[in-house]
Amino acid sequence: MLLDGLYQEIILDHYKNPHGRGLRDPFDGEAHHVNPTCGDEITVRVSADLGDISYDGLGCSISQASASVLHELLEGKDPAAASEIHHAFVELMQSRGQVEPDEEVLGDGIAFAGVAKFPARVKCALLPWMAFKDAAARAGVDVGVSPEVKA
Amino acid sequence: MSFDVERVRKDFPIFEREVNGHPLVYLDSANTSQKPVQVLDVMRAHQERYNGNVSRSVHTLGTESTEAYEGARARIATFIGAASPDEVVFTKNSTEAINLAAHSLGQMLRLGPGDEVVISEMEHHSNLVPWQLLCERTGATLRWFGISDDGRLDESNLDELVTERTKIVSLVHMSNVLGTVNDVTRIAARARSAGALLMLDCSQSVPHLPLDVQALGADLIAFTGHKMLGPTGIGVLWGRLDLLAQMPPFLAGGSMIETVTMAGTTFAPPPARFEAGTPPITEAIGLGAAVDYLTGLGMAAIHEHEQTITRYALDALSSVPGVRIFGPATIEGRGGTVSFGVDGVHPHDVGQILDALGVEVRVGHHCARPVCSRFSVPAMTRASFYLYTTTAEIDALARGLDQVRKVFG
Repeated sequence: MLLDGLYQEIILDHYKNPHGRGLRDPFDGEAHHVNPTCGDEITVRVSADLGDISYDGLGCSISQASASVLHELLEGKDPAAASEIHHAFVELMQSRGQVEPDEEVLGDGIAFAGVAKFPARVKCALLPWMAFKDAAARAGVDVGVSPEVKA
Repeated sequence: MSFDVERVRKDFPIFEREVNGHPLVYLDSANTSQKPVQVLDVMRAHQERYNGNVSRSVHTLGTESTEAYEGARARIATFIGAASPDEVVFTKNSTEAINLAAHSLGQMLRLGPGDEVVISEMEHHSNLVPWQLLCERTGATLRWFGISDDGRLDESNLDELVTERTKIVSLVHMSNVLGTVNDVTRIAARARSAGALLMLDCSQSVPHLPLDVQALGADLIAFTGHKMLGPTGIGVLWGRLDLLAQMPPFLAGGSMIETVTMAGTTFAPPPARFEAGTPPITEAIGLGAAVDYLTGLGMAAIHEHEQTITRYALDALSSVPGVRIFGPATIEGRGGTVSFGVDGVHPHDVGQILDALGVEVRVGHHCARPVCSRFSVPAMTRASFYLYTTTAEIDALARGLDQVRKVFG
């Protein structure tokens, strides 16, 4: 079925059992992002060493699962590694399904390869990643230049 | 004569197509309606054979175009029961019509601190943000009616809300989210006795209900062509002629003037005063054809068909486990727009799975975020019906929702 690429078991698992959900203190940077067309919201908090990444949000399975995967992939990484993963995820989402994801880098994030084929849902998947980038910048962590996001 | 939905559907070429391998089930007419060949043919013929600019040419094509454009205005005026075609101002859409009214009335009334504008929590952003901005510009205060738990306008504080300080009341006639049709009789009477002007956003009502502006009790209404079988890019501001005649222009330029000197300008009477620049001519003519089509079937018959479909849909949706309907639960005082939630599943996911089955619904906050907030949800799923909707399509929606529950169960 057409949707098999979109609603991968991994995504539904993260949606139903999110990792690291809930806002925690203390933190060094926080960002709140909304998707104005659908009302999805997310708040991301990070500590300056990326040792804690916490989040809370309201939204569809794609945006919420994406936040859970982000938490799993980026928490505890050094800025260079976080930057590489962040870049790879954004690039995958911009690929319209033309990029083969590297599981070594993206882990469960490869499940989002199918989302890239649904242009209307790409912004759902990216919402937590853009919020993270802002929160990290406010904590003094530069995760580098991401490929330009075309919403 | 009974309403023959299968015959109506044959006029709409889009129903021949499939979506994702399934027959198209179009349940998003509150967003935009589909177009019958009768509208498409008139627009194409105009472009091919009659195209000229309006209201300025001496030549034959220009004259024919002007006659077609003004003819459309006259038929639209008749369709809504206007006293004269001069009461029909063509705009780009409802949003532009409301912005025109907000700017022009604000200036005409010299709105300022101490004055009040009253809207409601039920508004589409297009009948909310222009009034917020007007109040910010002028120092006037924005106030609003709330929504009751069953999705009706809460009029319990009418006398405190609409007072001698109220200069403008602007309300949605039929909610684009809840489907509620607001009976504005009491509010209109209160506004009149308070000396306030009443505007109605009729974007969702003019396409679906028999409507007579003289009986409605409003001073101004706005509606849009693309939700009533016409093209995008054409909308209408209707106003009482004596009111329009007092209102200053909004957009300025060609066609809206009387005399221009380097020292100053005087303005044309309405409707030309509010139609600066070359208007959307083909689109206006297309809207005229849409009104002919609707008139041919009869708005009362169309409304009755939609009531039948809506009753069927309310029954079908309430029998799906985990579905919660927002807005009136029965067809009394409501139209064919039904918003709902599926327990535990975000509307985006509902819409995605339905789309894979060819069922096209709208998901999100429907440009009416305060309505979603009122019911404590970030978004809703909305199915909306029109003259071409069938009970088989409602069945397809219900089957689609079973699939949604399977994926997220």
